[in-house]
Amino acid sequence: MYEIDAKDVYYRDLNEQIRNAIKNHNKELVIENVCGQYYIGCGLSDPDVTITLHGVPGNDLGAFMNGPEIVVLDDAQDGVGNTMNGGRIIVHGSAGDVLAYSMRGGSLFIERDVGYRACIHMKAYKEMNPTVVVGGCAGAFMGEYMAGGTLILLGLTKSKNKPITGNYLATGMHGGSIFIRGSVEPHLLWEQVKTEEPSLEDYDLIKENVKEFCNIFKNDYNEIMNEEFVKVVPKSTRPYGDLYIPGP
Amino acid sequence: MELAKDISGCGIAGFINTDGSLVSGIDIVDSITLMKDRGNGLGAGFAAYGIYPDFKDFYALHIMYDDEHARKITEEYLDRKLHIEQHGGMPTRPIKKKRPIFFVYFVEPREQSTKAESEEFRKEEEDEFMVKLVMHINEKIDGAFVISSGKNMGVFKGVGYPDEIANFFRVDEYKACCWTAHNRFPTNTPGWWGGAHPFSLLYWTVVHNGEISSYGANKRYLEMYGYKCTQKTDTEVVAYLLDLISRKHGLSFDMVGKIFSPPLWEEIEKMPKEEKELYTALRMTYGGALLNGPFSIIVGYQGGMFGLNDRIKLRPLVAAKKGATVFMASEESAIRYIAKDLDEIWMPKAGEPVVVNLTEEGYRKIYG
Repeated sequence: MYEIDAKDVYYRDLNEQIRNAIKNHNKELVIENVCGQYYIGCGLSDPDVTITLHGVPGNDLGAFMNGPEIVVLDDAQDGVGNTMNGGRIIVHGSAGDVLAYSMRGGSLFIERDVGYRACIHMKAYKEMNPTVVVGGCAGAFMGEYMAGGTLILLGLTKSKNKPITGNYLATGMHGGSIFIRGSVEPHLLWEQVKTEEPSLEDYDLIKENVKEFCNIFKNDYNEIMNEEFVKVVPKSTRPYGDLYIPGP
Repeated sequence: MELAKDISGCGIAGFINTDGSLVSGIDIVDSITLMKDRGNGLGAGFAAYGIYPDFKDFYALHIMYDDEHARKITEEYLDRKLHIEQHGGMPTRPIKKKRPIFFVYFVEPREQSTKAESEEFRKEEEDEFMVKLVMHINEKIDGAFVISSGKNMGVFKGVGYPDEIANFFRVDEYKACCWTAHNRFPTNTPGWWGGAHPFSLLYWTVVHNGEISSYGANKRYLEMYGYKCTQKTDTEVVAYLLDLISRKHGLSFDMVGKIFSPPLWEEIEKMPKEEKELYTALRMTYGGALLNGPFSIIVGYQGGMFGLNDRIKLRPLVAAKKGATVFMASEESAIRYIAKDLDEIWMPKAGEPVVVNLTEEGYRKIYG
């Protein structure tokens, strides 16, 4: 285990220290007193490295990351997993806006809520297929322009005044799937997407990821799976196909 | 060449002790400095409430002058219009750059010397009188700008990073119950001393992250009511709109939130009848006060502080609570850096103002 004290360390220096530690063959990094340092784990490609963070990391945590696992034992800020290609990020708390923006691979597990615009522009290609599991609720514009990947929203923190997700859900979505535990009020949905009952294969995928979620955060699997899920899917893969040039 | 990315986006922070207890500026400087990279050294500033207990019944004018000539002209004007209880240069430390000169005046409107002038002043309309006075100085006197004009409060701002500006104005030596701060990354207006945030009029102060693309429409709307936009920066309109809508028209901050960040028409369409009527009426009446474009703002006023996002939340804002203190900032880390073991942390929803008022006792302590 390799420890780094991040107290009042500038983000560039901290990221330099992390890269050097990995270059020196350290596999388990523990960083204390993290507070707002940007880009932690940015672009790292080592799949057998684990970085544990105590404190709140700054924006764009794990941006462009290809390999390692990052465990945050606190909240995270905006832009977690921005354009991430591989690896895993676990947040024992809530995360901010634009989670998984343009994410292309790997997985995110968020214990509680996420902000606005989660998983916008998320995409998949061949074996690259990102997965995001959010335990709490999400803000508006979730899955906007989503093109691929899997998003599972559990809503474990929802209440009367706290809906599971906000307006403009899946606006412009043309690929991938969103699974929402419970139901979605139709007026939140963009007109070019629909909800349907997940298939048996879909449920296998949900179960596998919820199991993982429960292993990480020690939740009751049966209780979560007790409620059914709905699947949000695009009606067409080219929702804007007729926008500028009228179709046949 | 070293590759470096400019991390654009201003930073804002603020906190209020609702029990009216006073703390030095050290915490707010730490909080905003943690987000140093959100600015680029072209503007920073602080607003502080409760800093002049010995002069709490007087309007405190913080005035920025380009030169001694501007000061002479302005002071002649102030002498003619106001009773000046006390005045002097604002305490500063040396700074390595060309900078304007700053003076503070503790003043009180008084009966005017001529009959015609007296008619523009009535005791119960002191605030109105002060607004006109501030507008006159900013518009008509070359090289003089009033950067704040409320009672028992003040604004400190200029071109530099937050720690630099705080050091220059000796912010650590003031004690306030409410502090707000700004770290600027100017996008489409010049980085000059008057263009730094907070923007202020009377007791209103505004720090802002984002850009107000409706600036032109807002400016024309305000001009109809005698407000002159002279600071070359979009945020200025927010301070004046607050003065118009809240102080003069008496609308609550809840309503102000609905006016500044109204839901889209298609959302209004879906509302129940009563709500729909309200939002439609507000859009009709206050269309010129709608703030378009991305923003998060923290507003300070006499007796409280509130935070607000644009209607689709295109800029960050986090709020937190610990005991009698409420914090707001662009990033959670900026709050966590100055306050451990918070009772509650949340991300305000788009267009829903988070309003925090001093308790009655707190209010008496500061303004009573």
